[in-house]
Amino acid sequence: MILAAQTQGFLSPTGVEIAFLLVGLATLGAAVMTVTTKQLVHAALWLVVALGGLAVEYLLLTAEFIAWVQVLIYVGSVVVLLLFGLMLTRAPIGRSPDADSGNRPVALAVAGTAAAALVWVVVDAFRTQWIDLDGPAQGSTEVTGSILFRHWVLPFEALSVLLLAALVGAIVLSRKRAGNSETDPEGES
Amino acid sequence: MHLAYPAVLSVLLFCTGLYGVLARRNAILVLMSVELMLNSVNLNLVAFDVWLRDALHSGQALTLFTIAIAAAEIGIGLSIVLMVYRNRGTSDVDRLRDTAEGPDGTPDDPEAAAPAQRTQKAEATA
Repeated sequence: MILAAQTQGFLSPTGVEIAFLLVGLATLGAAVMTVTTKQLVHAALWLVVALGGLAVEYLLLTAEFIAWVQVLIYVGSVVVLLLFGLMLTRAPIGRSPDADSGNRPVALAVAGTAAAALVWVVVDAFRTQWIDLDGPAQGSTEVTGSILFRHWVLPFEALSVLLLAALVGAIVLSRKRAGNSETDPEGES
Repeated sequence: MHLAYPAVLSVLLFCTGLYGVLARRNAILVLMSVELMLNSVNLNLVAFDVWLRDALHSGQALTLFTIAIAAAEIGIGLSIVLMVYRNRGTSDVDRLRDTAEGPDGTPDDPEAAAPAQRTQKAEATA
C-alpha cells in the first residue's frame, strides 16, 4: 500500500482523474439542479444530464457495457416515462412555487449531515487505495456477456420474470376502470 | 485512479437524492430523486468491481440487475402515482394524509377535505 502510494502521486492527478473530476462536477451540478429547480419539466431534463454524466463516468471506469445500458435504459426510457408521468398528471409548465414542501430545512440538515459523515468516512478509509485501470477492459461487452451467461444465468432469468410481473402490474394498475364505481368487478382482473 | 473520486461522487449523489426525497412535494419529483440514489449505488458498485478485479464481476452484474429493477420500480411507481392522481386529483405527497396520525394518536387530516371536494369521489375523510 505504501509502495502504491509512492508510485502514485497524491497531488499529481492523471488525465483520467481530471476527466472524472470534471464530469463528476457536471453530474453533481445537474443532480443538484434536479432536486432544486422549481420547474418540473426542467427537473426531468436536468436528470438526463446527470444520468448521461454518470454514463461517461462508467466509460472512464472502463465499464463500457454498463455505460451503454445506462444510456439506453435511463436516458432512453426512464426519463421519457417520467416526462409522460409529469404530463399525465398535468404538472404545470413553468415555475411552480410549491414544488418544495415545508420540511426543506430539515431535509437540508439531514442530507448535509449524511454527506459530511459519509465523505469523511469514505475519504479516511480509501485514502491509500488506487484503481488500476490499465490492462484489458474490465467491463467490455465480451467480458460482461460471458460472466453474465456463465455465472449469473439464474438471477438473470429470475429478473426477466420480475420485469414481466412489473409490466403486468403496471398495466393492471393504470387501466381505466370500466365503471365509475370503485367496486365495479369488471375493473378487476 | 484514486478510489476516493468515485466513492465521494457517489456519496454526494446519494445525499442529493436524499435531500430530494425529503424535500420534494410532487410524487414524480420524489421518484426522480430515488433514481438519483439508485444511480449513486450503481456507480459505487462499478467502481469497487473495477478496483477489486473480481473474477465473477459481481459488481457489474449487480449493477445490471439494479438497473433492471429500477426500471421495473419506476414503471410501477408511475402507475401508482397516476392512479392516485386519478382518484384524488393531486400528486402531492403532503396531501395524502388519510392514514396519518396526529401526535396524540387521533387521525389527523385537516387538509384531506380539499382534494376530496375537487374529485367527486367520496373519500373516507370524516
